[in-house]
This record gives sequence, C-alpha cells and structure tokens, in this order.
Amino acid sequence: MPTIIRCAVIQFPGSNCDTDCKAALASFPEIEAEIVWHKDTSLEGYDLIVLPGGFSYGDYLRCGSIARFSPIMGAVRHAASTGVLVLGICNGFQILCEAGLLPGTLMRNRGLLFRCEHQHLRVENNQTPFTSNLTLGSVVNFPIAHGEGSYFADPKTLAELNANNQIILLYADAAGTVSDSVNPNGSLENIAGICSHGRNVFGLMPHPERACDALLGGTDGRAIFQSVIDTFSQGKRA
Amino acid sequence: MATQPANPAITPELIAKHGLSQEEYAKILTILGREPSFEELGVFSVMWSEHCSYKNSRPELRKFPTTGPSVLVKAGEENAGVIDIGDGWAVAFKIESHNHPSAVEPFQGAATGVGGIIRDIFTMGARPVFLMDSLRFGSIKGESEQARTNRRLFAGVVAGIAHYGNCIGLPTIAGEVYFDDSYNGNPLVNAFCLGILRHEQIARGAAKGVGNPVFYVGAETGRDGLAGAAFASRELTEESKADRPAVQVGDPFREKLLLEACLELLATDAVAGIQDMGAAGLTCSTCETASRGGTGVEIDIELVPQRAKGQTPYEVLLSESQERMLVIVNKGQEDVVKRIFEKWDLPYAEIGTVTDDGMMRVLNGSEVVVNVPARALADDGPLYYREAAPFTPPPPLDLSTVPQFPPLETLPILLAHPSIASKRWVWRQYDHMVRTGTAVLPGSDAAVFIVREANKILAASTDCNAIYCRLDPNQGARIAVAEAARNLASSGAVPIGVTDNLNFGNPHKPENFHQLRAAVEGISEGCRAFDVPVTGGNVSLYNESPAGAIDPTPTISMVGRIDDVAHITTQSFKEAGDILFLLGKIGDELGGSHYLLAIHGRKEGAPPALDFAEERKTHQVLLSLIHKGFVRSAHDCAEGGLAVTLAECCFGNLLGASVKIASTDRPDVLLFNETQGRIVISVKPCHVVSVEAALAQSGIPFQQLGTVTQQPVLGITTGDSTYQWSVTELNNHFESAIPSLMEG
Repeated sequence: MPTIIRCAVIQFPGSNCDTDCKAALASFPEIEAEIVWHKDTSLEGYDLIVLPGGFSYGDYLRCGSIARFSPIMGAVRHAASTGVLVLGICNGFQILCEAGLLPGTLMRNRGLLFRCEHQHLRVENNQTPFTSNLTLGSVVNFPIAHGEGSYFADPKTLAELNANNQIILLYADAAGTVSDSVNPNGSLENIAGICSHGRNVFGLMPHPERACDALLGGTDGRAIFQSVIDTFSQGKRA
Repeated sequence: MATQPANPAITPELIAKHGLSQEEYAKILTILGREPSFEELGVFSVMWSEHCSYKNSRPELRKFPTTGPSVLVKAGEENAGVIDIGDGWAVAFKIESHNHPSAVEPFQGAATGVGGIIRDIFTMGARPVFLMDSLRFGSIKGESEQARTNRRLFAGVVAGIAHYGNCIGLPTIAGEVYFDDSYNGNPLVNAFCLGILRHEQIARGAAKGVGNPVFYVGAETGRDGLAGAAFASRELTEESKADRPAVQVGDPFREKLLLEACLELLATDAVAGIQDMGAAGLTCSTCETASRGGTGVEIDIELVPQRAKGQTPYEVLLSESQERMLVIVNKGQEDVVKRIFEKWDLPYAEIGTVTDDGMMRVLNGSEVVVNVPARALADDGPLYYREAAPFTPPPPLDLSTVPQFPPLETLPILLAHPSIASKRWVWRQYDHMVRTGTAVLPGSDAAVFIVREANKILAASTDCNAIYCRLDPNQGARIAVAEAARNLASSGAVPIGVTDNLNFGNPHKPENFHQLRAAVEGISEGCRAFDVPVTGGNVSLYNESPAGAIDPTPTISMVGRIDDVAHITTQSFKEAGDILFLLGKIGDELGGSHYLLAIHGRKEGAPPALDFAEERKTHQVLLSLIHKGFVRSAHDCAEGGLAVTLAECCFGNLLGASVKIASTDRPDVLLFNETQGRIVISVKPCHVVSVEAALAQSGIPFQQLGTVTQQPVLGITTGDSTYQWSVTELNNHFESAIPSLMEG
C-alpha cells in the first residue's frame, strides 16, 4: 500500500479552479485532496498545499493582494518555511508573489486582453519536486487563462532566479523554441513558472489541472502531480 | 434618517413619462379604486413594461410547443425551464438579452447581462456550468465614425462578457457574432447560461407559507439601473445616453459569493422560495413570488441594505442593482441563512413576511407606500393584440442580375468577412476551459461540455441568420431552428430543448409585428419538427435606432445530449486519404446569401427552401453513422456555402482536400449557394461502402465529393475548371480578419 499524499486546496472567496484542482488531484489514487476554507488557520498534516486559480477577492486592488491577508495565509507561510510543498496556479501564483513566498510579480498582459488558449511550455529545470517526472528541455502543453500573467522582476532578482535555477517553465513553441512571438503576455524572459530557492514552493500561470484528461485535449499536466507522487514514493520526502 | 424629497403629483405628463398609456392608467385606477401613489405608479410602470409583462408578445408566445415527457419546469412558470436528462439529473437553461444597456454602456451592459442570466439559473437550484453568447453589431470595417463606434461597442461588449464570466469561473464555450449595418446604434447582446441539478433540487420562486420571513440577501441596493426594465422597453434615441443611470454596474465577485452561498443554502431545507432580483428588482421579485405562491408579501424599505444614504422608497423599489436575491425562509430556520451568509461575508436582512391577503405591501417604516394586489401586477397586466402588416414573400433572386465574380477571389473575401471569419479574437478573451469539461473548444459546429458530476455530455449551439429573417421572417426562423439542430447533429448530439431570444423592432409598427408573429410561428414549426420543447427565453422589442428597426433576429439556442464520448464529433478533417461525402444537395440558392452580400452588396431574394422532414432524415442518418463510428468529421454548410465549409474543415489540422463536383451550373452558384440541409463528412476509406449503403437506404440526396489530402491545398474541380487555394493562405485570411480590424 503506497503512502497516501494529503493535499489541501485552499478556497479563497472568488477562487474558481478549486474544484477543478481537487478533481485533477483526486484522479490519482495516491492523492487524497480536500478543500480548505480561507478562514481556517491550520494546515497541519498536509503534504501538498495548492493555491488554485480564480479571482480571489475579485482581484480588486491588485491580483492576490487581498488574499495574502486571508487567515489561512499564516499557515501557508508556516508550511512553506518548514519545507511543505506549496503549488500556486494562476491566481495562486499571483497570491504567492504578493505574499512574498515567490519573488517578482505578475502584471497586466501585454496587449491588455485576457488570453485563454493552449500553450506550449519548455521545461527548464526537472530537479524539483514538481517537475522530476519531466525531461529537461522537453515541451509540454497546458492551457493558459489570465489577464495579468506578465511576469516581472528587477534585474537583480532575475539574475538570482537564473543563477539558482529557479526558472522552471518558459513559454515556447511546439518545437521548444523560446521567442517573443510565442510569449502570450509579455513575461520577462518568457517566464511561465518559477520555484522558491528551497524548491518547495512552485508558482505558474498555466493550468496543469486543465491538462489531466485526454478528453479535454491533453494529459501533459499529470506529470506535475506525478512528480509530487514520485517525490514522496521515492522517499525524497517523509 | 436623511430627509427625502416629496413625491411629485400624479399628472398626465408623469404617467406618460412612466411609459403607461391612458388605457393602462385607467386600468390601474380600476384595480386600486383610487389614485396610485408615486411609488405605485413606478411599480406598475416596470411590471407592465414589455420586458416584464410581455404584453405585446404573450399571445404569440403561446404558440410555442412547451410540453413533453422530459419537461420538469415549463416555460414561463419560473425563471428558467428545466429538462430531464436522465439518472435523476436535469438541466436548467435560458437566454436573455441586454441590448439597450449594451448600446449605452457596452462593458457594464454586457457584463450585467451575463450576471443576470447566471442568477436566473442558480435561482432554480442549478449549479451553472457554461455560458454562450449571441452578439450583433454594425459593420466594424472602415474609418467612418459609425465603424469606430461599432468597434468600440464590439470590444466593450466582449470585454464585459469576459470580465463577468471569467471572474465568476464559468466557461463561455460557444456563440455567434454577426456584423450588419442594421445593428448600427442598436447592438444585440444575448447571453445564455446552462446549469445542472438533481430533480429533487428544483427551487421555486413562490412565496409559500403564510408567516414565513422574507429575506433580502446579496449586494446592497444603490441607485444604479433605475427602472432599467422600462428603459429596455423603449426605442433608443439620441437622448438615450442620458439614460446611462439606467445601466447597472456588475460585480462578478459578489455574484460568485452569492452563487456559492445560495447553492449552499438551497442544499438545506431552510428555503421555501427563492427569486433573483433582476429586471424591476425588489418590485418584481416580491410581487412575482407572492403571485406564484397565491399569497401576499409585506416588506419594509427601511430594512433593505442600502449602498447610498437618502434613497427614496421609489428608488429602492425600482433599483436594478445587481447580485441580489429574495429568499422566503421556513419559519424557525432564520439562523441557517445567517450562518451561511456570514460565512460568505454577504449582506442579508429580514425585510418582511409572507401574508395571506394577496397584497404586495411596501412599508417605509410605519408608512404604507405601496399596497397593490400582487396578482394584478404580475399576471393581470395589459395584453395587446397588435396589428400585423400583410406580407408578400420576396420573389426568388433573378440570377441574370448577378454578375459572376471569380471564385478564386471570392473565397478569401468570404472567409475574411467579419461575420464568417474566425472569432478566435473573441473567444480567446473568454476563459472557455475553466470547470474542466470543455471537450470541443469554441469554433466548431457546437460546443460540447462534459458535466463530470453528472456523468453527462451536453452540446449547445446558438444560431440565427438575420438576413434570411429580414427577407422572410417565417422562413428565417425555420432555418434558425434547423441550423441549430444541424449543428448539434454534426457534433453527435440529439436535441433536447430550445430557448429563444426574440429581438425585434417596435411592435406598434405593423411590419415589425408581422416579423415577430411570423418568426414565432416558424420557430414553433421547427421545434415541433424536431420534437423539442421551448423551455423559455426572452423578448426584446423596440430594437430601433434613429435609422430604423434592426433586421429581425430570433436567436435560437438549442441544447443537446451525447450519450457516449466516442460520439463527440468535430468539424476538422482528421487524416489524409479520408473520403468526403456531402449529405444533402449541391444546391443552387443564392437568395439572402453572404456571397450576394459580401461580393455584390445586396440583401435580396428569397432565403433558401427548407424541408423539415428531409432535414430530420439527414440528422438521423448522420447520427446513426456517428454511432457506428464511421464519421471522422462533420460540418454543416452555412453562410458562404460549400466552399467556406470545406475550407473550415481543412483549417483545424492544416490538411487539404481534392473535390470534384459534376455540374454545369455557374461556379459561383455551385460553390457559394446556401441551400439548406447540407453537411460535409469525412470517413475512412474502409468505411465508404457501408456509409454509401446507409446513406442510400436513408433516401436523402448525397454524393461523394473527394478526398482529404496531406498537402494543404483546397482544390475544387467543376465542369472543366479547377480552383485551387493554399489552405495556409485561406487560414490567414480567416484568422487575421477580426484582429486586424480591431488591433490595426
């Protein structure tokens, strides 16, 4: 009997990918997922914490800027500091940046329009708990759906991200070529996803949970969750 | 409390300003046996507007088939109809217009249109699962003031729909957008929502149980959207911009919370009745729930959560502030409401009780400001049998007056015509994949959505060719129903229900009223032919600008069911070597065609003929071929005819096609005619014999057209001419048309 990985999907007011994330996670027999309300204050006993997409607090003021003050965020910070895996998808990524758990920020898309479509991504680092199941340099296809996904950081932060191999996914074409013409939102260096220095916090704008079912056009997203399972089953984590 | 201005005296001018006729006012005097208060005048004005009472269209709407074994809630009974889809599951769906608000303030007008239709669905106890939209604008081509305005309206409406739908987390998975100068100054914005529920979850908008408390839940009432229903029931004029306060402001975040809180509340047994506050706000929801429940409702304005200080009772009653609901709670269960709405940080207040006297009574503290029989307001409104102008069907198009335009040049022009061109620019702005169920992305014949919790596959399409409707409203409406059904069949779905949005001009003009009547009769005939009930919808009249009435636009949204994921079919060719068949005739009708419009600038002739029996046979044989696993792609022939259909089939996987048509007709007639009942399918070579046998047995006309090719070239040979187009180039025309107009 393999270890069961306990996963919390945080529900902020305005989250709208919470049930999608839960369904994608629950499609793995090794994962037990539940929704945790943002007014809760404890995340004891969870192995993976997912901050899902949506429009937390209507994205008023600035994406993620109000959600970072939700009661649950104290527990998320504590979990992240103790090495628990934290995954922020889309609005979840924006919240992690606002909360200071990941560097940089997400700005309004270049072109100012919301964009929803399938997007190719190149894997830049497969030495993380979230990408170990992927091949370095390979191309995956996840849907994107955001109006404010243009990653920005100051030059010093960007240099540190590069030096520490914290850049995980880049916007690319089907052949893996990274260029401005395939950058959907104007992100610096085509950055689609980054991790923390300690590798246990991962934020990305694309939606792996929307690429977990062949009927919906692809299963590339499963590799992210499979990586988490591998990380635990191979004893890299307790 | 802030002092409120004194109410004005009831004068003939004030009555006229409220859009009430002398006869209607006389009726009010009879009902009340006295002069109405200012508030009562306002209440009658909105409740007896066309938007709320359907006073001009109701006698016509009775012609729709509305019953059937699968109908759980009939059209007109509640906020939306409900249809059984098996295993204890049901769907609630409806389309509604927000045309006039969008004309004046496109972003908020469209956004609140989406918000309103979503509320109609979750009021029924259903969890909303997807959205569609049907949009019409004037031409967006060129540098004229009008074209610039139309582009602004188009961009604003799309952004407004995206804003609301994306934020609340509902995928917008299908729709249609047409551009035609008849919509100058009066765009159409029709929003559709579908929700899913268990049979036992159906919620009712009735004020049941005398003594039960009446709760107000959701956003505070402000001055926005004052008397919007009455505004929607007038023609748009130059002065309409001054009506901007009649446009509501939407807050999708509040609606998301309201949606979750209401569904959580409805899952308890605390609710006796629930009704959203849409058009005519607090007024409509109180008198309708009382009327449906056979009861009365008494509320106190002073208890209503308010955004602004010093609002008069008149303003509070007629405000159309968004994201509000009225809930009749079973006495003793008030704490359940409090617990759930406090959890979701939403305002709530107990504002009154259900009474047994049949009156809608509104207090302002101790003063009675409205005391009207609820039934008289909600159900006994005026009813008009308008005069319909006599109509002579247009003569068929005289082909000798249509010069031949070279087909090689025609196809790229048609594919770049904004009404035919790719709408990717639009649907890329909509989150069409949230809720992880979108099995067929926007852009195919119908959208297909897998509802995981119910293990059901639904398909939906929305259609109306308003040029046909302008030329012959009855025939245009018949075709709209047939096309919606054809789109569903091409996706592998069987139709289960229809919701319609009747967009017409001022019904006082006999020619407009004829259009309404003829279209309703056409829709009714079509729905009977396909054996699908009309489950509800919306009527939007007075769609006129100073330049005149819009082309009549009876939008048909049809919902279908697919029983097996293997039956989901898309329009794109799949593999080189597959054999093409045309189901239906090659055809020769150019009347009302987009070829005639886009190339020759003419909107004339008779729209194509339509034979429902033949159409139904075609859908049945197509579905049986799909069920046998023979059909690799299917796409109907619509605007632009066979050539446009073939090009669109090539685009998805950038394949080509080699097609041969034996005919001596003019090539423009052959390639671009819009004869109805036609579907292009591709099948594997090994299935050709079986497919041919099944088609022959069905008795429908059909023919083999050619082959799918690896080389991305569309080649059509007819007579002794061969036309060839690069699929990549055609695709560029198709994809770049709207972005280049919108982004320059």
